[in-house]
Amino acid sequence: MLIPSIILAAAFLYLCLLFAIAYWGDKRADAGRSLVANPYIYALSIAVYCTAWTFYGSVGRAAASGIDFLTIYLGPTLVFVLCWAVLRKILRISKANRITSIADFISARYGKTQVLGGLVTVIAVVGIVPYISLQLKAVSASFNVLIHYPQIVMPSAVSTVPLLQDTALYVALVLAIFSILFGTRHIDASEHHEGMVAAIAFESVVKLVAFLTVGVFVTFGLYGGFGDLFDKAMESADFARLLTATPSSTFGNWMTLMALSMAAIICLPRQWHVIVVENVDEKHIDKAAWLFPLYLLLINIFVLPIAVAGLMEFRGQQADADTFVLALPMLARQEGVALFAFIGGLSAATGMVIVETVALSTMLCNDLVMPVLLRLKWLRLTERKDLGRLLLGIRRGGIVFVVLLSYLYFRLIGESYALVTIGLVSFAAAAQFAPAIIGGIFWKTANRWGAFIGLGLGFLLWFYTLLLPSFVRSGWLDETLLTAGPWGLALLRPQALFGLAGLDPLSHALFWTMLVNIGAYVAVSLVTRQSAIERIQAASFVDVYRRAEAGQRFWRGTATVADLESLLVRFIGAARASQELAEYAARRNLNLGKMREADAELVQHAERLLAGAIGTASARVMVASVAKGETVSLDEVMAILDEASQIIEYSRRLEQKSQELEVASSELRAANVRLKELDRMKDDFISTVSHELRTPLTSIRSFSEILHDNPNIDPAQRSQFLGIIVKESERLTRLINQILDLAKMEAGRMDWQIERLELKEVVDDALAVTRGLFAERDIRLEVDIPAGLPKIEYDRDRLIQVIVNLLSNAVKFCDPVHGRVAIDAAVEGPGLEGGAVRVSVHDNGAGVALADRARLFERFQQIGNTMTDKPQGTGLGLAICRQIVERFGGRIWVDSEPGRGAVFSFLIPSSPAKAQAAQ
Amino acid sequence: MARSVLLVDDEPNIVLSLEFLMRQAGYAVRVARDGDAALKAIEEEPPELVLLDVMMPKRDGFDVCQTVRANPAWKDVRIVLLTAKGRDIEREKGMALGADDYITKPFSTREVMQKLRQMLPPES
Repeated sequence: MLIPSIILAAAFLYLCLLFAIAYWGDKRADAGRSLVANPYIYALSIAVYCTAWTFYGSVGRAAASGIDFLTIYLGPTLVFVLCWAVLRKILRISKANRITSIADFISARYGKTQVLGGLVTVIAVVGIVPYISLQLKAVSASFNVLIHYPQIVMPSAVSTVPLLQDTALYVALVLAIFSILFGTRHIDASEHHEGMVAAIAFESVVKLVAFLTVGVFVTFGLYGGFGDLFDKAMESADFARLLTATPSSTFGNWMTLMALSMAAIICLPRQWHVIVVENVDEKHIDKAAWLFPLYLLLINIFVLPIAVAGLMEFRGQQADADTFVLALPMLARQEGVALFAFIGGLSAATGMVIVETVALSTMLCNDLVMPVLLRLKWLRLTERKDLGRLLLGIRRGGIVFVVLLSYLYFRLIGESYALVTIGLVSFAAAAQFAPAIIGGIFWKTANRWGAFIGLGLGFLLWFYTLLLPSFVRSGWLDETLLTAGPWGLALLRPQALFGLAGLDPLSHALFWTMLVNIGAYVAVSLVTRQSAIERIQAASFVDVYRRAEAGQRFWRGTATVADLESLLVRFIGAARASQELAEYAARRNLNLGKMREADAELVQHAERLLAGAIGTASARVMVASVAKGETVSLDEVMAILDEASQIIEYSRRLEQKSQELEVASSELRAANVRLKELDRMKDDFISTVSHELRTPLTSIRSFSEILHDNPNIDPAQRSQFLGIIVKESERLTRLINQILDLAKMEAGRMDWQIERLELKEVVDDALAVTRGLFAERDIRLEVDIPAGLPKIEYDRDRLIQVIVNLLSNAVKFCDPVHGRVAIDAAVEGPGLEGGAVRVSVHDNGAGVALADRARLFERFQQIGNTMTDKPQGTGLGLAICRQIVERFGGRIWVDSEPGRGAVFSFLIPSSPAKAQAAQ
Repeated sequence: MARSVLLVDDEPNIVLSLEFLMRQAGYAVRVARDGDAALKAIEEEPPELVLLDVMMPKRDGFDVCQTVRANPAWKDVRIVLLTAKGRDIEREKGMALGADDYITKPFSTREVMQKLRQMLPPES
């Protein structure tokens, strides 16, 4: 019985039913008994998200790659469940500003900028056309499959048909007519199409029931339930793979799809339209937040069973998985189910096409065509009566234009792509709006140039990385563009831009477009400034909850009531204009008849009414035109803003001051801690010094007393004690000298006699002083100072002091029996300007443990075997060496292998004056 | 029998001078150069008096003093601290730890010998 005429009749009857519902819905709305003013209808209308792509394409994707079709539905679910507050904020803003489309929203946020609205419109049309063509393809393909009943002929087997015999063309035309009937019956100031919404909600029910019917039929009719179906499927390895893993998709791919669908649920023009523009009550979003995800859950339940059943039933045949929903009932000779499935697919497609074209045509009209027409002075549009008819005409033209463009895309490209892929290309285009929207409602600094450049670059990259390859695949462009890149530049390959390979094309495109889009949006917003109106709009968007009804009161009341009324009449009709004004007057107890000059609020109100019809940007221009040029006195705006910005500036300065104070007080605290530390160190120093001084003093005094009290002491003992007194006196003198030296150096009061020195001479002088020490202890000394070392600029006596100190240390600590000390020098070129000279003194003593090396150069830090006896010396020698060496940017250190001696080295720049100047 | 004294100091010259004077005065003197050696010497044969330097490497005089006072067997051992710093806090700490007296460095050997004779008269 499934002959073409019956199928056509069923389809036609279905569309008539839809129209009847829409008509009824509009009538009820006019009568004030709204059909759609409840959350259930609202949630069902949002389900326009599920298009023919869902209806047919999900099964196709499930058959190809398992459960990753779910991401497309998980994304929106997440948005509704988690980002509910974002949606609510968008709704509040849109209502306050009478937003008519996504383009309107973005242009309004960024200073009512017409150019921005136009760009959004162009992106939306170019980006969404493939998606609409996908619906045409789905409807015509399903029709072509169905008319061959009882044979099952896959659409791919149907050769290209001439234009006039192409089902898709007629589908396109019929859909265009229905869109015009549903969406442009009249111009509404709030852009509400209650009849259309009612029809869309009805369609959501039909497609859900149809899909569930097919699902139940397949699962419980062809098989014995889910268990039976999957058991049978699991017997085949292929299916097991499909059901248990997602072989073709990586985690990254999942995230891409999820991110895309999250953006799409808000940014697709039709979703924006049903969620934002058609919303009658903000509270409906609360229920929709779980109803819509529930709908998505239901419509996905049977996707996998149908896909698996299709793969099993059509095993070995050239079967297109996108048609399983239709082909499975046909295979089982279930004409009724098959026809219902076709109607379900039809409803999914028509719903999408109607809402999408209405949304796009609104944008085309309000944000692209009208602004241009209004600028063309010779059209004298501003003087024309009844612009409402013109608006309707433009919108109808827009619908036909969009549908025919989609058909063209379908003819040229459509055949070479699976349903899902085309849809995702559109998702990626819509996702470009997300930064400007989300940033726009949370980030006040974002401005029009940021949005414009971000959107523009994102769109260009989208075109380059996604749309261009689709032209290539359909044979319109040469394959080498993808493989070798344009002009043979591999870096510019559209699907591996700048060498970014290894991602699937979609993730690749999303990465680049979002990187560039968000990057430019943020960067440009940060470096450019907002205009006055942008700042006002940004504040009214971001702080929408704070300034509930305040609005922007910067119109001067020089527009007359009559002018405003005639302006309204021209765009929204006389009846509605007078009704709106009467309502306004009643609300505020005004007698408009007696008022000549409209106050700021009325002008504001008129602008909002107009915005509902022609968009915010155009409305502003129109109101400005009747307000006789003196309306937005920019000076006045600036004055208001200046006042505000002065206050902001004051508070910013206060904040800055308090921050500075905080910083200062924390610096003070740190300084205090440091001072306490220094004080403690000073105490330690003094107590150490006094100990070091008292010890020799005590010795001297003790022995002097002994000698004094015991005149008859044994001569040998006497001379021992006298020797001790002499030695301790010397030690005391040395110690006092060194302490004074060190104190002077640390205080920077040391006199430095800088002269050009031959290192060899300096070392010789130092050796002359210490020769006696070496001879006394019978220690072998090796000297290796090469000729030709660069001259150094230093204080001769200090340098000698360092070397003497190191040599006498070496003598003290080298092996007591076979003592050996070596001194050498070398140029250490790189790193320091003009080179540096290193001098090292080696000994063969016990060495220095790693832990002791750093503290060796501190004051009074003697390292020695304190078990046996105290090391001789003051404990200041190395500290003084360090002061001398570091004075002009040199350094001193020790290398040692414990048990095998130590090497004390110091490095001084050969030209310390220069080194110091460089500091 | 001569009265026994343990002299604990890490400064060889101080040890030398005091040892000389104490021997001359008729005491039996033993010498330790650090805290550990001091404790070892006390364990071997508790002296009647310990002349104990405070500032010594490793185990200091306070530590030795505390250890001695913790052992009841050594309750008769008298302890005189040699505190180089002479700060009140050092003295108080020493006395609190159970020292019997203190001498501040730099000291006069006469003062030390006088204190020693008072606390521990050499057997006549």
